[in-house]
Amino acid sequence: MTAWIDTLLQGVMLGGLYALFAAGLSLMFGIMRLVNLAHGDFIVLSAFVVLVLMTALGLDPFLATLLAAPALFGLGYALQHYLLNRTIGRDVLPPLLVTFGLSIIIQNGLLEVFSADSQRLKAGAIETASISLGGGIALGTMQLLTLASAIGVILVLNLIFYRTELGRAFRATSDDPEVAQLMGIDNRHIFSLATAIAMVVIAVSALYLGMRANFDPTIGPARLLYAFEAVIIGGLGSLWGTLAGGIIIGVAQAVGAKIDPEWQILAGHLAFLAVLVLRPRGLFPRAGQ
Amino acid sequence: MALIETRGLTAFYGDFQALYGIDLRLEEGETLAIIGANGAGKSTFLKTIAGLLAATPESVVYAGRPIGGLSAPQIVRLGISLVPEGRRLFPSLSVEENLAIGAYGRHDCGYWSLARIYELFPALAARRRAPSHTLSGGEQQMAAIGRALMANPRVLLCDEVSLGLAPVVIRNIYAALPRIKASGSSIILVEQDIVQALQVANRVYCFQEGRMSLEGRPAELSRDQIHTAYFGA
Repeated sequence: MTAWIDTLLQGVMLGGLYALFAAGLSLMFGIMRLVNLAHGDFIVLSAFVVLVLMTALGLDPFLATLLAAPALFGLGYALQHYLLNRTIGRDVLPPLLVTFGLSIIIQNGLLEVFSADSQRLKAGAIETASISLGGGIALGTMQLLTLASAIGVILVLNLIFYRTELGRAFRATSDDPEVAQLMGIDNRHIFSLATAIAMVVIAVSALYLGMRANFDPTIGPARLLYAFEAVIIGGLGSLWGTLAGGIIIGVAQAVGAKIDPEWQILAGHLAFLAVLVLRPRGLFPRAGQ
Repeated sequence: MALIETRGLTAFYGDFQALYGIDLRLEEGETLAIIGANGAGKSTFLKTIAGLLAATPESVVYAGRPIGGLSAPQIVRLGISLVPEGRRLFPSLSVEENLAIGAYGRHDCGYWSLARIYELFPALAARRRAPSHTLSGGEQQMAAIGRALMANPRVLLCDEVSLGLAPVVIRNIYAALPRIKASGSSIILVEQDIVQALQVANRVYCFQEGRMSLEGRPAELSRDQIHTAYFGA
């Protein structure tokens, strides 16, 4: 019994990581209908940025991420402004092709610069710290922090979306980009801000990706897949749904691994398929669509 | 000097030409009506002025300044607001948010505020927290007009505000017109409802297949003239 509760809790916390992966993807898709196929690679790229800052300045991973975030915000804005905005239109194919190309460029660029060696963001004592809940169950501090950060990120994004003028502009542009322009909203600027914010979320994801496990330049696409599944399970455009989606995949993977370690990844995908069959529009589809 | 003047305005959807050289003037304080059959280019005309369709700079002049081809956000900032055909409220925004977004990026205090819009259309005040897609057609139209007014426009462009509404609702909406004019807006109405248009307009233009077929003051136009201009000879 204790073992199963433990498995469940581990799964929920792993789900926090997947929700972090998914939040950035969900944000970009929700506002621009843009599927960023390079999302996973941007997470890996950001992890390397954090790594470089850590080694160069002797910082711990959290401080390095704090430092990297504004730079990544700028990178996101520029990426959308100079490249992705040109691909957005009636046709859904150009953004897919361009971000697919970016994915290949980032992977190979990182391989060229950092080689295929596995890296890690070393965080010191916190990596092995845990909090005992009694009854033989303990939660890893790092895992708990991951989940808390996922919830925090989604809370902040929801505040931006529903409590600020910028958020109103995000939702309006998502609803009807043509009429949004009639309100004086410059769609391209709004889109660039959305990608910039998504890159900050990516920086947070990268922090926990790198502290939790090893990473190398090629692992991006698999992170994209988990992110994708979490977004679809949650229902497109719903951030809390994305958290639920991440947790469902996390729990499924943990339970799968508990039954047989080989089943871990497969169980996550099966859970995704099951939701797709039972609720094709996801668990929390946005109203009016 | 006219508030808005178009000079040989043309508009295209890809290879299809929708407007063939429209010359129109809107004077300060005027209410213009543009009538015409479906596909005559009335909506295209408003969209082009509002910056949603391309135009050459000199083909639209606003208070002496060429504005043709500016982007829609630039044009709304200059003081021209469009109430689009079919209301097109933002479905994921509440009624109040729809109104508030009309003043996006503005911190100047003009005549129109949320309070004044609710005063103009009391029906909206009661539904302010409701999702916009739950409103009735008439309420949606009021919200769409209110949203455009929130930008405190000098020129209000209204595209088919009576479309699909019951006569009593249309009367309600048109009853707001004097107050809107008094706030300092000049108005261009695109209307299918000719009787309604002739009642409120200072001058009327009729479009036919992308060209201007008639212009005049309502009192000076005969039924036959309008009939010919509307349907062709």
